[in-house]
Amino acid sequence: MIETKNITKSFGEKQVMKGISLVAEPGKTTLVIGGSGHGKTVLMKSIVGLEEVDGGAIFYDGRNFSVMKHRERKAIRQEMGMLFQGSALFDSLNVEENVAFPLSIFSDKSEEEKLDRVNFCLKRVNLENVNKLYPSEISGGMKKRVGIARAIAMSPKYLFCDEPNSGLDPLTSLVIDELIKEITQEFNITTIVNTHDMNSVMTIGDKVIFIYKGQKWWEGSSKNILQTDNKEVSEFVGTAKMLKQLQKS
Amino acid sequence: MHIGRYYTLMLQVFSKPEKGPVFRKRIFEEIEILGINSLPIVVIISFFMGAVITIQAAFGFESPWIPLYAVGVTTRDSVILEFAPTLVSLILAGKVGSSIASEIGTMRVSEQIDALEIMGVNSATHLILPKIIASVFINPFLIVLSMFTGIMGGLVFGILTGVVTPFEYLYGIQYDFKLYNVIYSLIKTVAFAFIISSVPAYHGYYTKGGALEVGRSSTTGVVYSSLLILLFNFILTQLLLA
Repeated sequence: MIETKNITKSFGEKQVMKGISLVAEPGKTTLVIGGSGHGKTVLMKSIVGLEEVDGGAIFYDGRNFSVMKHRERKAIRQEMGMLFQGSALFDSLNVEENVAFPLSIFSDKSEEEKLDRVNFCLKRVNLENVNKLYPSEISGGMKKRVGIARAIAMSPKYLFCDEPNSGLDPLTSLVIDELIKEITQEFNITTIVNTHDMNSVMTIGDKVIFIYKGQKWWEGSSKNILQTDNKEVSEFVGTAKMLKQLQKS
Repeated sequence: MHIGRYYTLMLQVFSKPEKGPVFRKRIFEEIEILGINSLPIVVIISFFMGAVITIQAAFGFESPWIPLYAVGVTTRDSVILEFAPTLVSLILAGKVGSSIASEIGTMRVSEQIDALEIMGVNSATHLILPKIIASVFINPFLIVLSMFTGIMGGLVFGILTGVVTPFEYLYGIQYDFKLYNVIYSLIKTVAFAFIISSVPAYHGYYTKGGALEVGRSSTTGVVYSSLLILLFNFILTQLLLA
């Protein structure tokens, strides 16, 4: 379980997070939604420790991540997997080496065991016969799937996905969404997803948190987000719906 | 501001690597990328550099009072003391430095460095330390090769242009040879290799933005490392030769 308590963050004079508290549970997908520039990415970067928070605390299964020393944080980070917006695959490594990378660094598995694990992870994200291809040789959707395979290679307890559908067509987005949901449930992972894609909200969101102007503005399930009378959430959902209808027409 | 951040980064760089075998593999890869791939340019530049020094020296020593073997002495000392370590290092700062800054800068803007950090890998040690070790290890070999090629270039073009005879040139390059000059050059080379690898890496590591900023980091890295090479050339010469 991941818990943030009243976390704040400022860049210079501008406060981008104004006391955000949330709870993400194992085996469930917590979606963080909101417009661009309202603090979603800073929130995720703060939770994983890429940004230091100014105030508040972050707990991983009761362990206070905010006050940990570098070595303790490193241990927790080995329990994390992250899917980046642009996949962030290592350009100089092929697909197999990318997925095997965390195993090579942190496990004592033999080459054969590593290959087995890599093939298992790639198969789990429905990718086969791509082991020797480089990131520049595969499509955006495949990169995301390799990113997921790399993220789950070390059997993480916590999975973070930053805009997993950005730049993907609707069909591929659906495949990625379903993969995230399945993997979360199958391996009982605590998953947090940053998105502004309403399809994702409806497909994988066990819990939805709406961030507005650096604050947690609304929290609920993907079912009741459509019925909420919160003005900002309704506007966000309504705009997304309208855009979707326009796209269809 | 740069000095403080550079120092902090270097403290981070010189930490224990995550895993020995992976780290050793990275060092060998970098030796190939930064060293072996630079062999052609080092050989070509050094060969012509030696040729030009020989012709210029012969042109300057037209007086009958100066023995012709002085051309060999001048070429040898110019190549060993200055041209091989400094000029070749400046060229490597351009070639290798821009490659290091743009590689690490691209990794920064495409979140690959963040991905390393999330995994719990010390990105600075993993990315920069193998480059520094590889440069410091391979550059002295490149410079020794440059010295040899430069002196050979002088011999070949000296004979072809007829400005010196093989006997006089070969006598000249052996005349009053001081091994300390080579040691002095190699000490400079090691310092320059550290600058060539660490300064552009610093600029790449702190890149913010996109492709434009990666290009800027690359240029800044090359300019700063070139200026530092010139500065340290002066300091080390004063310390070691004066």
